[in-house]
Amino acid sequence: MTTTTTPPTRRAAAPSHRAVPNAPIRGRRSPLASVALHVTLIVASVIAVFPVLWVLLTSLKPAKYAITTDFFKETTLENYTNLLNDTPFLTWFANSLLVAGLTTVIGVFISATTGYAVSRFRFPGKRGLMWTLLITQMFPVAVLIVPIYNIMASMGLLNQPVGLVVTYLTIAVPFCAWMMKGFFDTIPREIDESGYVDGLTPFGTFWRLILPLAKPGIAVTAFYSFITAWGEVAYASAFMVGDENLTLAGGLQKFVNQYGAQWGPMAAASVLIAVPAALVFLFAQKHLVTGMSAGAVKG
Amino acid sequence: MAVDTPSQSVVKAAGDSVARGRSRGTGKPRGAAKRSLSTHWYAWAMVAPVTVVIAVIIGYPLVRGIYLSLTDANERNVARSIGVNEIPATYEFVGLDNYADALTGSQFLSTLGWTLLWTVSCVSVTFALGLTLANILNRRIAGRSFYRLLLILPWAVPGFVSVFAWRFLYNQDNGLLNKILAGGGIDAVPWLNDPTWAKFSVILVNVWLGVPFMMVALLGGLQSIPGELYEAAEMDGASAWQRFKHITMPGLSSVSTTVILLSTIWTFNMFPVIFLLTRGGPGEATQILVTQAYKFSFEVSPRDFAQSSTWGVLILVLLMLFAAVYRRVLRKQGEVW
Repeated sequence: MTTTTTPPTRRAAAPSHRAVPNAPIRGRRSPLASVALHVTLIVASVIAVFPVLWVLLTSLKPAKYAITTDFFKETTLENYTNLLNDTPFLTWFANSLLVAGLTTVIGVFISATTGYAVSRFRFPGKRGLMWTLLITQMFPVAVLIVPIYNIMASMGLLNQPVGLVVTYLTIAVPFCAWMMKGFFDTIPREIDESGYVDGLTPFGTFWRLILPLAKPGIAVTAFYSFITAWGEVAYASAFMVGDENLTLAGGLQKFVNQYGAQWGPMAAASVLIAVPAALVFLFAQKHLVTGMSAGAVKG
Repeated sequence: MAVDTPSQSVVKAAGDSVARGRSRGTGKPRGAAKRSLSTHWYAWAMVAPVTVVIAVIIGYPLVRGIYLSLTDANERNVARSIGVNEIPATYEFVGLDNYADALTGSQFLSTLGWTLLWTVSCVSVTFALGLTLANILNRRIAGRSFYRLLLILPWAVPGFVSVFAWRFLYNQDNGLLNKILAGGGIDAVPWLNDPTWAKFSVILVNVWLGVPFMMVALLGGLQSIPGELYEAAEMDGASAWQRFKHITMPGLSSVSTTVILLSTIWTFNMFPVIFLLTRGGPGEATQILVTQAYKFSFEVSPRDFAQSSTWGVLILVLLMLFAAVYRRVLRKQGEVW
């Protein structure tokens, strides 16, 4: 009986082992080592989560207790209601959502086409383009911000979401294009060739065959673009003025100055700001590792 | 200046490849150009949006920034309009004076010293932690995806929100960190008010922000190493350390080089963390090159555009030197990109 049951269990272990290629063979680790690993992970997770959690807890306390360290004291939503009723928070929120949404959609599309061209075609200017994409990331905000401000002013794009979107694209797209290139490199070229045989144009091949296969890469790109646009501070505070035009990054700063540093409402605002980012993150995180690995390994 | 504006480099590279016969055009130059266009227009059309946006939003400001760094432009002498009066620019070309001032003055060099310390410590600590966590997460361990979710969280929260959270924790009188220390009988630490502690604190926050990216990238790299290699090594009796050294590290080399390069560039230019956490203070203790350049053009009076641009150009030159050296080293190791 034992002799017949042993092989199947071994075989059952094998496929799942393959799914996690480098995991040590099952049962090799001592219980002590397991405990050490879990402790490390728990400590790291607590450090990772704690600051965010602390803000969440603070936002639920009445403003007067905000800077005390009591964890749960008269849990209340008053910070949130004050924030939504007495400040243009929702307007800022909508502005940010518009800017980040446009940046994501446009950013994903143009970094995908660029990544695909660089991955599949050998064309004059390719090396120069790859270098430009890298160098662009080295440009300090401080050099660019004044000249970009002037350009936006002369094109009438100051205080317009479009101006911010274009600026954010220059931040997000270089990295995203690099990553998409790496991802497309992992998709076999035979698929492209089958597309050509079936009479698709290069763009048709890209759109109909390759893009659907590149979902993990797209998820990472979208995540990155969205987070970049959602959390940017310097350009947002320089380009947008007037209460109704601000995005969250600028709005929050104004809010601190105007009402004194009120930690309670600030905490509530922070929580609400983190929510869309967390949603995008939840949607993308399944693909993050695969997408990044393809992008960065080959990048 | 090794910066190719995209359009220039396209033209130049086009010439190169025709000369080297890399493209399919083999005939006379004129025919080759035409054929090159018909062969490559798809590729060019696909990269065009990015090229145009970068040229307009990065290329022009760069040229303008370099020009300003050669002048004595400041708030008082640039073109501006007061009411209906247009006042023309009166700043003058001063050659390399700004660069001479920056490189011989103590301010630039001391800021550069701290910026280098900041970059090296942030990148090395972030990389070490990211590598450790990625290795742990790559094992078979209960609750793996849950841990991963929690550990990536700092990346998902907008930077200014996390920095706000940290300022809250660092608060000297009421911050949680000092409350905890007080519970252990330790005196309050001036996290952001003492030059040395402030340096430590900003590095800590940046590491906290940077580990998730590092971890995810390295985890991806680890998962692409074939498991058979480890099995074979184990068969041959390799110890855990030997396996790490001879399989894991080489397997990760390509992803590591990429993330270290990117993370160095990002950290060197990490504006928001310093700006929102300490504004460069106390004094100028935590001022890195980027925040100082920003201060020149937005916070001092009169706003000193020339100085700011000079520092900006120097930052760019330093980073490009770094990337070039880094790339040369990689090339020797046989990596090409």
